[in-house]
Amino acid sequence: MNKSEVDLTCELAGVRMRNPLVLASGVLGTSAALLERVGQCGAGGVSAKSCGPEARAGHPNPIAVAWAGGVVNAVGLTNPGLEAEIPALIETRKRLHAQGIPLIASIFAPTVEEFGRMTEGINAAEPDLIEVNISCPNVGDEFGTPFSGSVESAAAVTQAVRANTAIPIAIKLSPNVPNIARIALAAQDAGANAITAINTVPGMLIDPYAGRPVLSNQVGGVSGWSIKPIALRCVAEICKTVTIPVIGLGGVSRGLDAAEMIMAGATAVGVGSAVWQRGVDVFAVITEELREFMAGEGYPDLESMRGMAIR
Amino acid sequence: MKDMQAYQRYFVSKSQPKNYRTRSLVLDRPLADAQPGQFVMAWLPDIGEKPFSIAGADPLTLTVADVGPFSRALCCLEAGQPLWVRGPLGQGFELKGKRHILVGGGYGAAPLFFLAKRALTRGDEVCVCLGARNQAELLLADDFRELGCRVELATEDGSTGQRGLVLEAVRAALTDFPAQTLYACGPKPMLLALAAFCKDNQLAGQFSWEAMMRCGIGLCGSCEIDETTCDAVGLGHGWLTCKDGPVSFYQPG
Repeated sequence: MNKSEVDLTCELAGVRMRNPLVLASGVLGTSAALLERVGQCGAGGVSAKSCGPEARAGHPNPIAVAWAGGVVNAVGLTNPGLEAEIPALIETRKRLHAQGIPLIASIFAPTVEEFGRMTEGINAAEPDLIEVNISCPNVGDEFGTPFSGSVESAAAVTQAVRANTAIPIAIKLSPNVPNIARIALAAQDAGANAITAINTVPGMLIDPYAGRPVLSNQVGGVSGWSIKPIALRCVAEICKTVTIPVIGLGGVSRGLDAAEMIMAGATAVGVGSAVWQRGVDVFAVITEELREFMAGEGYPDLESMRGMAIR
Repeated sequence: MKDMQAYQRYFVSKSQPKNYRTRSLVLDRPLADAQPGQFVMAWLPDIGEKPFSIAGADPLTLTVADVGPFSRALCCLEAGQPLWVRGPLGQGFELKGKRHILVGGGYGAAPLFFLAKRALTRGDEVCVCLGARNQAELLLADDFRELGCRVELATEDGSTGQRGLVLEAVRAALTDFPAQTLYACGPKPMLLALAAFCKDNQLAGQFSWEAMMRCGIGLCGSCEIDETTCDAVGLGHGWLTCKDGPVSFYQPG
C-alpha cells in the first residue's frame, strides 16, 4: 500500500482530528504560543495543562527529572487559576482552530462541587473537549486520594461535570487502582463521552549517594517508555468494557507504540514525555512512522486495526 | 542503557572567589560531552535545584553569583563537599569562523569563559567585551586575560573601562577586530540591543538567554520566551530556553 493511501483521520466524541496524536495534558500546555507550536509540529489535537479554581505555583525544584526509564515528575499542578485560564484558552482555541486543530481543556478541583463550578467556568472558553483530571498523583494529601480511586467518587465527579456542560467530556484515569475498567464504566454510566488513560504511575526516585528522594515532593508520576506495558493493559481492559472512545497514552514515543495503543482499542493516542526524548517535532515524526507502518502492513485506516489485539 | 541515576554526584575541589558575590566552584572531574553555552541543573538535596551555565567542562566548573538562598548555599560549599548535577542540557554555542567577539553582561561572562577556551584551543582569535554596572560587578576579566584573550571593559558608572553600555565597547573593538561571529550572554535588554546591532551590521550572532527553569528538559513550559522578545529577535513563538536554547542563532541573510 502506498503511504499516501493511509487515512489517519479519526473522530473522538464528535471531535474530528487529522491524526490520532494528542498532546497529553501537563506537557507544554502553559501558553497559547506553545500549544500553537505543538499544533504546527503535527499534533492532531492538543491538551492544555490542567487548571484548577485558584492559581497554584506548584512544587519547588526538582520537579521533573529524566532517568533511564523515562521521566518522573511532580510539578504540582502549576496553573494560573480559572479566571486567568479562560482568556488564555480562548486565545489558544482561536489559534488552533485557524490550523483546524481541536483544543482539549483540562480541569481539576479539590471537591466534587468545585469540579461542577470549574466546568461551568470553562464553558466560556468553548474548548472542543473538556478533560477531567481526577487522577493527578502529585498533590499529596492536600486533595486526598484521587477521585479516580473509587467507582463512587469517579462517578460523582463525572455527574457534576456532566450536569454543567454540553461540551464532550473525557475522564482521565489513574492506573493505580485494582480494576480500572470498573472505574471507566462508572464514568461512562455517569455521562462521560470519552476516557483518557492513563495518567502517570505513582513512583519515586531516590538518589543513593544523597540518601534522599530526588523530587522535592518526594513522590511523583512516572511517565515515558517504562510505563507503556501498564498503559496498554489499562487501555485494553477499558476498551473491552466501555463503548465510549478512549484516548490511550503512556509511554508512546514511536509510531509502533501508537499502533499498539490503537490495537489495544484506543481511538486517539496521547504523547507527552516523548517531547523530551524527540523534541516538539515528535508529533510529525510519530505520525509519519505510524503512516509507514500502516502502509507496510496494509492497514488503510485506524479503524482497520483498532482493538484487534483485544478481540 | 542510559544512566539509571537522574543526577551525578560531584565534589568541590576548589571554591575560588571571583568578585564580591561570585565564586567559581571547580569540581572533582569532567562533565562528558559538554558544549560551551549548555547548562546543568545543580541540586542540593532538601535545599533546591537551579540551572547554571557551564564555565568549564574539564573539570566541571560552575561560576555562581550569590543572588538567592540556593546560590548562597552553593557559594558556601567548601572543598570536599558534594553537589549533584544533571546535564549537560540545552543547545550551546557553535564556533563559526576564526575571529570571535564574546560579549558578557554581569555573570553572563561565565559560559563565555568555556567558549573562549574552546576557541583558543582551535587557534582562533578571541576578543571579550565585558560589561557591568560597576567595577565590583565585573566578572572573570583577569581570567580571560590569562587565557590569552583581548579584553575590553565597560561599566555604567565608569569605575573601570569605558563608561557606558557594553555595546559601545563592542562597537569600538570591532573597528580593529573584524570578528566573524558575536556570542553574547547577559541580561535581556543587553541581548536585545546586541541582536539589533548584529542585524544592522549583518554580523552573525549567537545569544544565550536566561529564564526561570523548572524541568530543564523541554516539558513544563516554564522557560518559554515571551512572544514580543521572539518577534524582536526572529525566533518562532513558544521558544523554550531549556531545550531550543539557551543559545539562539542569528545568521545574516
